[in-house]
Amino acid sequence: MDKIINLGMWQLVAAYIFIVLLLFIVKIRGIAREKEILISTVRMTLQLMLTGYILAYIFQQSNPIFTIIVIIIMEVFAVHNTFKRVKSELSPKLKRIIALSLVGGSLISLVYFLLIVIRISPWYDPRYFIPIAGMIVGNSMTGVSLGIHRLVEGMNTQKHLIESALMLGATPKMAARQVANNAFDSAILPTINSMVGMGIVSLPGMMTGQILSGTSPLVAIEYQIAIMLGICGSVSLTVIMAVQMGYKTFFTERSQLNI
Amino acid sequence: MFLLEGIKYKGILDINKLTIPEKMVTCIIGESGSGKTTLLRLLNNLISSDEGEIFFKGTNIKEMSPMELRRRVVMLSQVPAIFGGTIKDNLLIGLRFSDKPQVSDDKLREILRLVHLDKDINEEAEKMSGGEKQRLALGRVILLQPEVFLLDEPSSALDENTERIVVERLVKYVKENEKTMVMVTHSREIASTYADNIIEISKNKSYR
Repeated sequence: MDKIINLGMWQLVAAYIFIVLLLFIVKIRGIAREKEILISTVRMTLQLMLTGYILAYIFQQSNPIFTIIVIIIMEVFAVHNTFKRVKSELSPKLKRIIALSLVGGSLISLVYFLLIVIRISPWYDPRYFIPIAGMIVGNSMTGVSLGIHRLVEGMNTQKHLIESALMLGATPKMAARQVANNAFDSAILPTINSMVGMGIVSLPGMMTGQILSGTSPLVAIEYQIAIMLGICGSVSLTVIMAVQMGYKTFFTERSQLNI
Repeated sequence: MFLLEGIKYKGILDINKLTIPEKMVTCIIGESGSGKTTLLRLLNNLISSDEGEIFFKGTNIKEMSPMELRRRVVMLSQVPAIFGGTIKDNLLIGLRFSDKPQVSDDKLREILRLVHLDKDINEEAEKMSGGEKQRLALGRVILLQPEVFLLDEPSSALDENTERIVVERLVKYVKENEKTMVMVTHSREIASTYADNIIEISKNKSYR
């Protein structure tokens, strides 16, 4: 395989011509979006440069502390982002459950994936740990956000049916079963759907990156298949934990609805 | 059967003492907003009172499992709950909720006749009219054969004639099977015709 072409500064500058083109289009069409385009371009550039330097530094150090710090930052960000993404009001109890299921579920999947599937050594090897953690935690965050959103929405819209089930003597588990199942289903559906089109409709980012950096496409697909399975597992685990523990927060100790 | 002592609930209900007798038909009447539905919800423990105690057959309901209480004291809400699927599915789901064994199709047809609903058990429940859904929900509750029926205006969506037939059959069923029925009704006429006891609630107080 050929070595990857190193992009020089002028080559990167040449790529910014696309942004100039976009600015030109919005200007001509009279769409007031110039500010956002400029801000997002600058932010993307700065954030990626910073990440690049930080990752280069961490890779050189090969110290478990750095890997641990990165995974903590990722998890904290993912939990915080989930709170922001779910539009509905979240009770403190539900927030704790989101944090627990997201961190717990993604860490269990990550550890299994890295140590049993990929078998990295040492366990904290940042070159594997950090990008794979990013994909697993990021996808789990999307799944949990969607699952909790649907759970809260379902509990509110189906309140009458849930309460009617309770009146007949149903346990909270029976009464909320349909809502919890729908929440789980909608949360894992995007992951399942993305697997359907993979390799035909889309070439995933990780695989593209590996191929560009000179890895054989055959090795790249092995990694891609493995990571998709890992993502699927982590999304399922985090979402089922969030939904299973989450529905209980809508009931009191006396099995009464508290919404 | 029920004894309520010093019950207060969010400024809606303030009951000093109230008893609801066993194996009788009790009707609750009163102006809207007086807390008739709230009283049923308290008896079913769907809500808990802020103050006071409720005893069911001498046991404080706080000491009973809420599921056990609700399986013995079943409540029917005024707006019928339709859970999707067929009429049969909707009848059987009550048995599943209360962990009771499933019954034959003939038994389901018998229940539909009892609530004066001339429908095939395999019809889609969602396609029925409001009055038909109300009778289906009533049928689901009867199928559970609880000790106590708490019914919140079970005939509010029915025309006068159907209402009379359904209430008459229901009262007959309750008497024959020695059950207890507590029914909220808007109609003083129904209350005076069928009730053994009438509880009238006005805002912030109740008396028998």
